[in-house]
Amino acid sequence: MTEAYIYDSVRSPRGKGKTDGTLNEVPAVRLSALALNEIKTRNNLDGHAVEDVIWGNVTQVGEQGACLARSAVLYSDLDESIPGVAVNRFCSSALESVNMAAAQVMAGMGEGYIAGGVESMSRVPMGSDGGAIAADPTLAMKSYFVPQGISADIIATKYGFSRDDCDALAVESQRRAARAQKEGRFAKSMFTVRDQNGIAILDHDEMVRESTDMQTLGALRPSFKDMGETMPGFDAVALMKYPELEKINHVHHAGNSSGIADGTSAMLVGSKAFGEKYGLTPRARFKRMTKIGTDPTIMLTGPVSVTEKILKETGMKFSDIDLFEVNEAFAAVVLRFMTYFDADPDKVNVNGGAIAMGHPLGATGAVILGTLLDEMERADKETGLATLCIGSGMGVATIIERV
Amino acid sequence: MAEFHYKLDDDGIATITWDVPEKSMNVLSFDGLRELDAHVDTALGDDAVKGVIITSGKKDFAGGMDLNILARMGAEAGDNPAEGIFNGIMQLHGALRKIELAGMDRKTKKGGKPIVAALPGTAAGIGFELPLACHHIIVADNPKAKLGLPEILVGLFPGAGGATRVPRKIGLMAAAPILMEGRMQSPAKMKGLGLIDEVVPAENLIAAAKAWISSAKDADLVKPWDQKGYKYPGGAPYHPAGFQMFVGANVMIHGKTQGVYPAAKSLLAAIYEGAIVPFDTALKVEARWFTKVMTTPSTAGMIRSLFLNKQALEKGAVRPKEIDDQRVKKLGVLGAGMMGAGIAYVSALAGIEVVLIDATQEAAERGKAHSEGILDGGIKRKKVTPEKKEAVLANITPTTDYGALKGCDLIIEAVFEDPKVKAGVTKQAEEVIPADCIFASNTSTLPISSLASASTRPEQFIGIHFFSPVHKMNLVEIIKGHKTGPRAVAKALDFVRQIRKTPIVVNDERFFYANRCIIPYINEGVLMVKEGVRPALIEHAARLFGMPLGPLQLTDETSIDLGVKIAKATKAAMGNAYPNDAADEVMFKLFDEGRYGRKTNGGFYAYDDKGKRIGLWQGLAQHWPPKAEQPSLEDVKMRLAMVQTLEAVRAFETHVLEDIREGDVGAILGWGFAPWSGGPFSWLDILGAKQAVGICDHLEKTYGARFAAPDLLRELAAKGETFYGRFGPADQAAA
Repeated sequence: MTEAYIYDSVRSPRGKGKTDGTLNEVPAVRLSALALNEIKTRNNLDGHAVEDVIWGNVTQVGEQGACLARSAVLYSDLDESIPGVAVNRFCSSALESVNMAAAQVMAGMGEGYIAGGVESMSRVPMGSDGGAIAADPTLAMKSYFVPQGISADIIATKYGFSRDDCDALAVESQRRAARAQKEGRFAKSMFTVRDQNGIAILDHDEMVRESTDMQTLGALRPSFKDMGETMPGFDAVALMKYPELEKINHVHHAGNSSGIADGTSAMLVGSKAFGEKYGLTPRARFKRMTKIGTDPTIMLTGPVSVTEKILKETGMKFSDIDLFEVNEAFAAVVLRFMTYFDADPDKVNVNGGAIAMGHPLGATGAVILGTLLDEMERADKETGLATLCIGSGMGVATIIERV
Repeated sequence: MAEFHYKLDDDGIATITWDVPEKSMNVLSFDGLRELDAHVDTALGDDAVKGVIITSGKKDFAGGMDLNILARMGAEAGDNPAEGIFNGIMQLHGALRKIELAGMDRKTKKGGKPIVAALPGTAAGIGFELPLACHHIIVADNPKAKLGLPEILVGLFPGAGGATRVPRKIGLMAAAPILMEGRMQSPAKMKGLGLIDEVVPAENLIAAAKAWISSAKDADLVKPWDQKGYKYPGGAPYHPAGFQMFVGANVMIHGKTQGVYPAAKSLLAAIYEGAIVPFDTALKVEARWFTKVMTTPSTAGMIRSLFLNKQALEKGAVRPKEIDDQRVKKLGVLGAGMMGAGIAYVSALAGIEVVLIDATQEAAERGKAHSEGILDGGIKRKKVTPEKKEAVLANITPTTDYGALKGCDLIIEAVFEDPKVKAGVTKQAEEVIPADCIFASNTSTLPISSLASASTRPEQFIGIHFFSPVHKMNLVEIIKGHKTGPRAVAKALDFVRQIRKTPIVVNDERFFYANRCIIPYINEGVLMVKEGVRPALIEHAARLFGMPLGPLQLTDETSIDLGVKIAKATKAAMGNAYPNDAADEVMFKLFDEGRYGRKTNGGFYAYDDKGKRIGLWQGLAQHWPPKAEQPSLEDVKMRLAMVQTLEAVRAFETHVLEDIREGDVGAILGWGFAPWSGGPFSWLDILGAKQAVGICDHLEKTYGARFAAPDLLRELAAKGETFYGRFGPADQAAA
């Protein structure tokens, strides 16, 4: 089997995903093209160098519709001979895209790929693509559909994470992200988003709030209490699936959940031959990629299940992994991962996560894999695992090793 | 015999009058549908006809589909019941759609004939769906008229276009109370909702219809959904506003029904899927989901128990035929406490003269004041007029004087549950009342036969057991003592019919039927607390089986001190055979801590100062810590379900129950036994006796002998039979 390698990893800064966010003015297709061009330029690639652009993107309507991947290729400096495929596995879309690229390299179906993703949540709101799982009564009832925030609160209730536990994790995420920013730990991957004249628009993750502490978080209202307890009453559905719980403890709020964000990320994935052809040095090797389906109601416990699965598939022990990136969709997701595996907090999300910096849905998967790789190099660690929880009850994990 | 009559007037207006012979209310049969369709063809094909009025020859328009026919439709469809039902429903859609399009050119929408529904009174179910297919609906300002689609209440949904036309006309949000709660509305309310067009004085009904026909233009005949650019009111499912609404509806219906009512799910699915496609496709979608509901066993069970058999029992299905009319003229109620006062109220409401007796005048007056309170509440909600209130109150005479019982033809005693006290009032009354007067006890726990021994005429002594609160609970359990004669039974049944409640007649055994089944349900829940099952799991499991209240909440409502009292009395009576010591430990502990339930603002649940339940009492976890290893939801559910169900089967085996129909109707109305199932016997038929025995065997092995499958159930399993197959009326065998 051919080995697949990561040759490069880039990402944009994450902007606040609302209309007052700095990246709100940048169309998703241009944001995507900036990432593609960055990969091309940094690695001196020919315009036709890669086989495909595999591009994660969750809300595929409006300007993100009509196969944004192909649109991004045509918008970019890449050659029109490169196709493009838009991939949606919700929050893991970009990691899924990278995994698909790696798998195709391993299978010998192609030599080099650009994979990653984009989401402009300020321009194409989350959920604006509808979805049968919520609206179709047959499916919504069969799957006991509740929104993710309710699911996160089920995790907290079921596994006993208090509001303070969740807030403490959020404070730590902010502290780590601020430290990483100050020490320039993201510099290797992050490019400045510029306008069509080359004028800088954003050069740092703008959502980080270093001053966050337990007091500031304590003042925030729980985000999912009203929809859970009164209109339309999701808790009743949650309790049908988890009848051992008396009621749902609503602990998540804007400060201990991932931020709505705009951003993009891309990786250059290829075979050994591909690197040799372009004079590139491989930075990491893909050890294994896997995914799993889990209960759609609690929805966000996938990272635990998929990590167990990938460890089994690789014959590795949890302690064999030096560093972890577990997407901070909600504090309870990370807490569940850490308590289940009794993980050393110093090995998980070392440079903060989506609670501090934001979670541009279709881009985050490659963002965290890139952050993991950068940190493995900085701290000189061998093996890293990136994992995300996923809408409708799924999980994905990727293990990489430095070369 | 004709059910629809056709008449063409000189003014060119044809009138189709619905008037089913020998029925006080029109109901639709397939013969009737064919007649209606033929008349519509005649009118549309006759150039002399300018327009059509569809009206009724009765004081109301129509009551709906003949549910007996619906119940048999699947069975009569032969090898492929689903296809038979689907085709039948599509015929119905075709006939109604023909009325709606009325011969117009499908492209230009011109040339149709105006068809008006003129409703003199109530229109329910298909009786309202037929008007919805017409171009204009005029209703008489009949104060008794109620319009609506109550199908969901018997486990169906409005499957003759109602689920499609109503939300398309007024949007999902406004349609929800009509479709999903089956709420019947006054004509004025329906006009406000936009579902009907005019309310006119009754005498102007036909004139108004003719006037509309004369003025109707082509455009007036085109339904919104047949117009270009039609938009679903409030937004279709994938319109941003519509999306929120559909998601919300799913959640609300799912939570409210706990997922056990197939009709609610299918109704919502029909609305959702229909909202996305053109109208004619939507009708087809509706028919497919309606067929799905019709072929779901739960539907047959619900129709059978909640409609057919409930009605049959109310009409005297088990009444001794040879006894003449025993309607009550003058009723004596002994004891003006909560039960006595409630019995006095419902009787006075039915126009019966009531003497309400208690030991002090003050207590008797307080009993009458109970009626006043209910009536005042009704006035506040505009359901009762002050005149009505006066008339009802005038029927009640509160007194301490037993002499006032002279001339009573029925006595019901509702005094303290003590045999001595009851014997005392029995003797006191019998000194005054006529020799042919029937004497009834409202006891819920004491054997009727032994109470009857205080009477000089035990053949005229009977139990009439009301449930609390009397004015809300519709079941009345009639208990025959060993010597009770047929006239006493007929009297009790005729009385229950007068007060418009539903009777079941059972034989005299400890706790009769209802309490006999409820008590084990409560005890099983309480026992699980003792075992360390999470109380939340117990309560949720009960609700997920379809019980309205979990056993712990039910105990709080009925009060723990009552439970303790019954437990002590039962133990004294049964001695060593008494099975509930373990559960009693929990009940007695709460009792000792003064936690009597809702009435003391503390029981299994905690309550706030205003008496609002705020959650399970934290102390439960201290006294009976939850086990680390919890049982499966399925086990908890089956324990709670089977413990009641098996008691019902044993009651039938031992002839406490004489008729499984009474067992099913009584269980649903008496203590809310999972209505979706059609009752305990229907539920066992749905499961199949073989599977039920399998569940019993598992429960018996794991949790004890009380779950041993009764012999009768084993026998049915061995022979592959069902309860309704063997014991039901001949036409109700198919579950």
